[in-house]
Amino acid sequence: MLITGSRKGIGRNLVEYYIEKGYVIYGCSREAADYSYPGYHHYCLDVADEQKVRQMFAELLKSQGRLDILINNAGIASMNHALLTPVATVQKIFSTNVVGSFLFAREAAKVMMKRKTGRIVNFATVATPMKLAGEAIYASSKAAIVTLTQILAREFADYNITVNAVGPTPVLTDLIRSVPQDKMDALLRQQAIHRFGEFSDITNVIDFFIRPESDFVTGQVLYLEE
Amino acid sequence: MNIESRIDQLLFAAIEEINEHLPAGQKIQAEKSTQLFGHRGVLDSLTLVNLIVVTEQKVQEALNVVITLADERAMSQKNSPFKSVESLANYIVLLVKEKTN
Repeated sequence: MLITGSRKGIGRNLVEYYIEKGYVIYGCSREAADYSYPGYHHYCLDVADEQKVRQMFAELLKSQGRLDILINNAGIASMNHALLTPVATVQKIFSTNVVGSFLFAREAAKVMMKRKTGRIVNFATVATPMKLAGEAIYASSKAAIVTLTQILAREFADYNITVNAVGPTPVLTDLIRSVPQDKMDALLRQQAIHRFGEFSDITNVIDFFIRPESDFVTGQVLYLEE
Repeated sequence: MNIESRIDQLLFAAIEEINEHLPAGQKIQAEKSTQLFGHRGVLDSLTLVNLIVVTEQKVQEALNVVITLADERAMSQKNSPFKSVESLANYIVLLVKEKTN
């Protein structure tokens, strides 16, 4: 299994959760991980750096010979009014969220196609369907992930690779630490169930997408709340 | 073995790997003269995609050189590199030499 953005937040929780389940895990982030587990391999890279990502996959293929599951978790957000958002921020968010997810999905599919099976899980967000003010760029980048998920599902179907996405509500991680409390409260009020997402809400959906019985489930975006 | 022969070898190995998944009658002849894509080409677009992916992987594994066969440069060539096994082999040699020199 490969999990991007695995140094902290949801990514790190995913590593711990799936290590516990016995998976060999390759993870990556820009900075070194401050933890280690037997069976966990960490790479320091920018998920949009094509050469480094290809090198990582070459090494993974050489040492493991296969990849069963990719979880495209790496993502960055920047809550700001559109009028105050620099283009550099737009490029950074799209680079990590869209280019990074595409690049990992493409390279993962190249490995998975050899065995004609695989699971790719992308990360969307409820900020897209909820059209949250202040999230124009983040939500747009994740809207791209929705379309990417749906089209890759079709293109990779020939190789029995499924591509789905989970769209979580806010989970208390670094990603939303800078969001003002009143904004978070307003967001929770809009949800049918007024609480933050839990990590287990996410793994519940991922577990469903990656189970062998879900080989007929592809191109789906499952929002945890809307 | 010179680089040209090595690339031929890798390309033929990629063709053999692709052939394992093709039905009898649609297998690709591992010969330099085989027409791959376009007028008189034997490959459909998906099989060409598969061949490109497998060839890139074989080059990377054997020579530790990362090449991208299907980029804007390839698409803008006057003569498509994907026309025949020979043109594809020549294009790979060009890319590998550029990366290693």
